[in-house]
Amino acid sequence: MKKIKSPADLKKIKDEVREKMDGKETIRIKVHMGTSGLASGAREIYDFLRLELEKRNIQASVISTGDLGYSYAEPTLEVKRPGEEPVVFGNVDKLKADEIIENYIKNGEFVDGILPSNYQTIQ
Amino acid sequence: MAREKMQILICGGTSCSDKQSEIVSDNLKLELEANALENDVKVVRTGCFGLCNLGPIVKITPGDVIYTHVSPDDVREIVSEHIMKGQKVERLLYKDPSGKIKSSTEKELSVKKKQLRIVLRNCGVIDPENIEEAIANDAYEALGKVLTEMKPLDVIKIIKDSGLRGRGGGGFSTGLKWEIAYKNKADQKYVVCNADEGDPGAFMDRSVLEGDPHSVLEAMAICGYSIEATKGLIYIRAEYPLAIARLKKALEQAKEYGLLGKNIMGSGFDFDIEIRYGAGAFVCGEETALIHSMEGLRGEPTVKPPFPAESGFMGKPTNVNNVETFACISPIILKGAQWFASIGTEKSKGTKVFALAGKINNVGLIEVPMGTTLREVIFEIGGGIRNGKKFKAAQTGGPSGGCLAEKHLDTPIDFDNLTAAGSMMGSGGLIVMDEDDCMVSVAKFFLEFTVEESCGKCAPCRIGNKRLHELLEHITKGKGTLADLDRLKNMCHVIKDTSLCGLGQSSPNPVLSTLENFRGEYEDHVTIKKCPAGKCKELMEYFIIEANCVGCTACARICPVGAITGERREPHLINPSICIKCGACMEKCKFDAIIIQ
Repeated sequence: MKKIKSPADLKKIKDEVREKMDGKETIRIKVHMGTSGLASGAREIYDFLRLELEKRNIQASVISTGDLGYSYAEPTLEVKRPGEEPVVFGNVDKLKADEIIENYIKNGEFVDGILPSNYQTIQ
Repeated sequence: MAREKMQILICGGTSCSDKQSEIVSDNLKLELEANALENDVKVVRTGCFGLCNLGPIVKITPGDVIYTHVSPDDVREIVSEHIMKGQKVERLLYKDPSGKIKSSTEKELSVKKKQLRIVLRNCGVIDPENIEEAIANDAYEALGKVLTEMKPLDVIKIIKDSGLRGRGGGGFSTGLKWEIAYKNKADQKYVVCNADEGDPGAFMDRSVLEGDPHSVLEAMAICGYSIEATKGLIYIRAEYPLAIARLKKALEQAKEYGLLGKNIMGSGFDFDIEIRYGAGAFVCGEETALIHSMEGLRGEPTVKPPFPAESGFMGKPTNVNNVETFACISPIILKGAQWFASIGTEKSKGTKVFALAGKINNVGLIEVPMGTTLREVIFEIGGGIRNGKKFKAAQTGGPSGGCLAEKHLDTPIDFDNLTAAGSMMGSGGLIVMDEDDCMVSVAKFFLEFTVEESCGKCAPCRIGNKRLHELLEHITKGKGTLADLDRLKNMCHVIKDTSLCGLGQSSPNPVLSTLENFRGEYEDHVTIKKCPAGKCKELMEYFIIEANCVGCTACARICPVGAITGERREPHLINPSICIKCGACMEKCKFDAIIIQ
């Protein structure tokens, strides 16, 4: 890790990380783990995913983020398959997580419980 | 090949479900089966697309084609044309008011969505414990721009021009606040972030700190540069352990990367941030009380002026802003004042985050442009009232706000409209109430909170609110008179006019607004001694309908005080003088023979 000494240094890190994120061929999974997510059991889903993906030999990165705002449907998680738009699933329990791995992560086949993004964003 | 499989997504949000989206989904499955396509095409029910006024929505992938206003009769055509021949059904595509087909994919239609995320831009998107992900999503870019290309007054001008107003409740111009702090010269100044989120039902600040802490740290540094302060303090309640942990981690990483500390990005500007913990007192959200609490004194407010911008923390000029206000800063710097000012209403610019709570289907955080109506927020984004009940009131602004009634549903929400309607923006908690809620009890509930949270320094707040609460208690027990309603109103005005700080000045709002909008309900409590919503225990009576009672004795057996008598197979009777109104009998009765009167 280098110290950022100028806006140019900052831009360099930004470009590097972006490239790493965009070019990544692996599946990226985000488990939304703010207070409301955790209160509904997001930690369990996070651990389950990490364990099962490894067991089933699926290359994917699992990270934890803050809440997405869908408190009524917690725990929620987002799956981004390479080159595709991310998809968010709500009310995920272990059974649902298993279904998501088998159907969506492996084959790109949707399962019930998708939460379409209902907002515009500046990002 | 798996990717090529067609999938049909149907909106299952409450609003679309009302419009027969379920039948559309069933018809689709039948139609696919009829054409032996059920193994090739998958039908999936989803949550709300945020396009409720165009619903029911059907989306088909690959291609992301969106069909709007789909009725059960349209299904056959969708299957025969789109699914089997690959031709879009043009008449179901979205048309603009002139009747032209403008957009057919979800991306193109997203501008129609009611929510716009500025403050929540990175929440749930980045890993809050990884500064590089934040940097990849534009964090600290605005700080770099400010430090290398702008002078403090340039920054202040942008913030002023953007029209940003404080999101903590007051709604004071943020740019002006910074300017005053800038003009007060001193050897040391402070930037304070108010993360003492105290309104019951509000959790937007917590979510921002948990999901995107760097947005706040960066904005504090920008503020520090603008007002020439080198020290920042975040006042956060100790009840937010996760937010604190993520803030600490973010601070550590920002310092490690040289984005906080000495000589930031080679500009010669030093800025450091520390965390201070609050014990969760509501009054400490008031800026002078907050400052005293940070100084180690009692969390009590003092008279303004002097404003913190003149004499704040340790007697030095201090600028206090709320978490959500800070989260707006970087996008304003990067996208410009004009961009921000183009969103919202004439006097309230930008977006506002609301925490939807209460009897609403989609409880959660939403962010909408200022000027969105209450109806859009509750019925389109929020999915309407739970269990199909009727909307009665929406409480905004927490214990300092008021209750808005049905007549306010189409009022555009902004600072001034809410104040005019007898409520206030507050920090953005929005509690929805349905027909089963008693407005007198609601007012009493909020007052209970203020009575408990009053710091006790000034008499109107300490004694007045207590008396106000007693009067309400009186009324809900059926001991009130019509004259009490006038006394209630008078007392409210006295407390409002004479209290020292914002807490006391706004604490009667829930009472005043419910008195104004739901006077009939108060009158029922004092004249005919009835609670129309059936919430006030002392005013209701359990009653057995003779015709429905089969004499099964279940109620008599469950009654804990033996208030129910009657022979087997004969109608029973409740003795009201013994009944404690616990409701056990009503729950037990299988014949709907027990009602509340």
